[in-house]
Amino acid sequence: MSALELGSAIRRGEAGAAEAVAACIDAAERDNPRYGAFLCLLRERALARAKAVQARIDSGEALSALAGVPVAVKDNISTQGVATTCASAMLERYVPVYDATVITKLEAAGMIVIGKCNMDEFAMGGSSETGAFGPVCNPRRVTHVAGGSSGGSAAAVAARLAPLALGSDTGGSIRQPCAFCGVTGIKPTYGSVSRHGLIAYASSLDQIGPLARDIDDCAALLSVISGPCALDSTCVIDAPFDFSRQRPENLRGTRIGLPRNYLARGIDEDVRAAVAGAAREFEAAGAAVDEFDMPLMDYMVPAYYIIACAEASSNLSRYDGLKYGYKSPAAKTLSDVYRLSRSEGFGLEVKRRIMLGSFVLSSGYYDAYYNKALQIRALIKDAYNKLFERYDMLLSPVAPTAAYALGENIGDPMKMYMGDIYTVSVNLAGLPAAALPCGLSREGLPIGFQLVGDSFSEGKLIAAGRVYQSRTAHHTAACGGDAL
Amino acid sequence: MTIDNKLLGYLEDLSCLALPDGEKSRLGADLQEILSYMAKLAEIDTTGVAARSHPFDNVNAFREDEALPSYERGRILANAPAKSGEAFIAPKTVE
Amino acid sequence: MNWEIIIGLEVHAELSTRSKLFCPCSTAFGGAPNTQVCPVCSGMPGSLPAVNRAAVEYAMRLGLALGCSVAERCKFDRKNYFYPDLPKAYQVSQLYEPICRDGALEICSPSGPKTIGIREIHMEEDAGKLNHNGVTLMDFNRCGVPLLEIVSQPDMRGGAEAVAYLEKLRDTLLYLDICDCKMQEGSIRADVNVSVRRPGEALGTRTEMKNLNSFKAIARAIDYESRRQADILQSGGAITQETRRWDDANGVSYGMRNKENAQDYRYFPEPDLLPLRIDAAWLAAVRESLPEMAHQKRERYMREHGLSAHEAAVLTSHRNVARLYEELCALSSQPVESARLLTGEVMRLCNATGTAAEDLALDAAKLARLVGFVLDGKISRAAYKEVTEAVFTRDADVDAYIAEKGLMMSLRGDEAAEAARLVLAEQPGALADYRAGKQKAFGFLMGQVMRKLGGAGNPALAERALRQALDGSD
Repeated sequence: MSALELGSAIRRGEAGAAEAVAACIDAAERDNPRYGAFLCLLRERALARAKAVQARIDSGEALSALAGVPVAVKDNISTQGVATTCASAMLERYVPVYDATVITKLEAAGMIVIGKCNMDEFAMGGSSETGAFGPVCNPRRVTHVAGGSSGGSAAAVAARLAPLALGSDTGGSIRQPCAFCGVTGIKPTYGSVSRHGLIAYASSLDQIGPLARDIDDCAALLSVISGPCALDSTCVIDAPFDFSRQRPENLRGTRIGLPRNYLARGIDEDVRAAVAGAAREFEAAGAAVDEFDMPLMDYMVPAYYIIACAEASSNLSRYDGLKYGYKSPAAKTLSDVYRLSRSEGFGLEVKRRIMLGSFVLSSGYYDAYYNKALQIRALIKDAYNKLFERYDMLLSPVAPTAAYALGENIGDPMKMYMGDIYTVSVNLAGLPAAALPCGLSREGLPIGFQLVGDSFSEGKLIAAGRVYQSRTAHHTAACGGDAL
Repeated sequence: MTIDNKLLGYLEDLSCLALPDGEKSRLGADLQEILSYMAKLAEIDTTGVAARSHPFDNVNAFREDEALPSYERGRILANAPAKSGEAFIAPKTVE
Repeated sequence: MNWEIIIGLEVHAELSTRSKLFCPCSTAFGGAPNTQVCPVCSGMPGSLPAVNRAAVEYAMRLGLALGCSVAERCKFDRKNYFYPDLPKAYQVSQLYEPICRDGALEICSPSGPKTIGIREIHMEEDAGKLNHNGVTLMDFNRCGVPLLEIVSQPDMRGGAEAVAYLEKLRDTLLYLDICDCKMQEGSIRADVNVSVRRPGEALGTRTEMKNLNSFKAIARAIDYESRRQADILQSGGAITQETRRWDDANGVSYGMRNKENAQDYRYFPEPDLLPLRIDAAWLAAVRESLPEMAHQKRERYMREHGLSAHEAAVLTSHRNVARLYEELCALSSQPVESARLLTGEVMRLCNATGTAAEDLALDAAKLARLVGFVLDGKISRAAYKEVTEAVFTRDADVDAYIAEKGLMMSLRGDEAAEAARLVLAEQPGALADYRAGKQKAFGFLMGQVMRKLGGAGNPALAERALRQALDGSD
């Protein structure tokens, strides 16, 4: 049952919110030790809220299409009274005193948060292996990574432990785990979902988005969480999204660009073939698919990592052992509290990015690295603007490979960073992108593609995704359990 | 661009970290590799290109000047590793 | 040989907005620790700033008043450093694109009028307060209070000019009603850049002094530092560019640890805030809303109230005096007498008691009542002074004081006329003497009239009544 079907069954009285929540939490308690998708489950709290929501539904209150539906939330999204750790020892015991705007919106829509999802530490990583509390394992094959950084969110949906999840995407962190786990997700336009309460990695790139089994559920969840927010100055959208009318029969008149150079080198053959297959499917649905060369391809990853690490080095400076979070028991002096708490509280990847960020902003290197990256960012944005004069959307792979084995790449940061080649420019330009499953590798691991649109063109992407998923069954493949 | 021990120590200071020796040499090598790769950006002539720090061009998001009740102090101090009844506590900052 | 002292000032003024720069917490001074704090100003994970529009408009006001060019576009930057009073470990400030540049302030230096250049004005957030008590207690109430940093050109030539500049800048801030300028509460603070050179030579190496908490301390610190530098140069040494801390108790400055000097703040554009665009319409609206400044008031007082240049200058020397004057005028409708009272007796009392204009807190309604009494002939000039002093020193109740001291003069002309008529009837001898041309007799008759009025008589009224009675009895 999809999340929308569940919501509809609850509204009709054919299913109960508390039963749905209990079923998810039961499954998660049973299966989570295999996947590490959740860092915590909120049985009591979720059941109490489910009962309250059920009472409102029973009294005839119209909450939303997703009222009573359970949702899993990435653990970098602040939940009042519930530990929000960013999968870091630094925040292991941190309990926010306020809710993120998206949490307030979920609850206003009658949705029930059932648990907090594992991730890469502070969302820094592409495999959900950098967290302090163990990796997330891919429900399709538990020896493999789930992708990251929203690996727990993707795994929870893939393993049928939650019908919906929230993730965050700074350089591909929703899309890539969706592709690796065979689920659907949307990285919304920067400024369409409030970041208030999202624990920042890179402020000008971070965006919260939905993960689900299909694009319809993603659209429903995105409608709930989007909209203006007075507490986030960068949340510039005028009104929440409404995708109810984005239901075309076919894609005649839709112009899709396919970046030839993305598919030419450095890409796994299975991924290339699956993405080419998706392109053919769009053509069959009436779209005009046209190949082009994506400019600046070799400069996207460096520009992204410079900007993201610069912002991260500043954003993560507040973790100092004084106000919240880990304080080194060995620390005596102020300098010790700062240095030891930070050195012991942060994991290696986080420290690597903080050091990188400190470097690119430091006096003498700012112009050559940070400012240069901002200029490249401007060129990338301009390039996208030009492309959207010709195309309604771009179709490209999400990652160069399907999920790899746990531990396979974690020791090679450069290799990990290069895995973000197709996703990071979307964040640099603030664009929306939807990731959808489009097949399996020879090893039986999911492969995904992404549709990238112009700012605030989520409606077009969702319409195209609906047409694609109505014609294909990649997104319905049985997920839970080890495929071997 | 060479990441020598001096520069590494400087970055450690800026980042307010005290890396164990093993981590330090490892991160030094990583930074060397990553920054060498990033130097690629110099290939692009960006003369006259305005730096873009936001993905969009929006301006002027304001809050009106209205004072609202603050958080109750207990909530503000709730997560502090060291606190008095009314303040966060740090080791003394002046010798 | 002579050394020329070169001074540049960086003044931090806390804005008197109701709420903080990036969150709705109150800016009120003196709250219990951490009671004016929220997730934003205490730097909790996931919190985001939102700019207070009034703070931007206050910056625009000052920029306009100082003749700056107000940027059509500006933005905020992060200044990164670790210190317990800075909960985010970065201060949101404006390095690359400040809101105002290139202005000027006319000061009255000891050697006459002088123009001091303003390099820039930028907005930033204040830090918290650390209280030391064996450990350091961190109080975030001041975190995020909006500040303007006003950076002068190195145009001042000594401590006296620096103080004149500060006084003028303080008056400007007060007139604009954007800062309460209470140095003791830290709402205006100055860092001083000092260098010395031989006249005509290029600028020398400068040092920056912090921790200056009064105008007097600033003058002393400049004096000390310029002499220290001159001594070093005189003996062939070189000045180290550094930040120095002024120890006012001991009258010395000392260099801060090297680490604090070698800061690399890694400024970069604040990604959580949008740039500001100030279009012509907005700027014009703020210009329109600018309060009347000292020089404008001065001209108006002379033109409309007929005051002398001296009176107008005294009344506009401080925002507080001008405000009192205008309140008094409004209540009494007597601008000339109001000006005379404030520039005369009130200023005398200020000087005698060492009361600074900024601390002047007189009840205009009480003064207005006094002005009315004296102009209506109800109290004497001597009583007027006496009551003014009582109001000045202990906020006395005007009517109660006058009644208690019996200062009220006979109020009604017909009472005086009746007294005069009776006296003439009772004193035919004296009347005859008067008629015979004996002037002394008039004095005697006046004394009798005043006696009849019981000491509360108004001599002017009594005299008029007596003369009328004498004329009428012809």
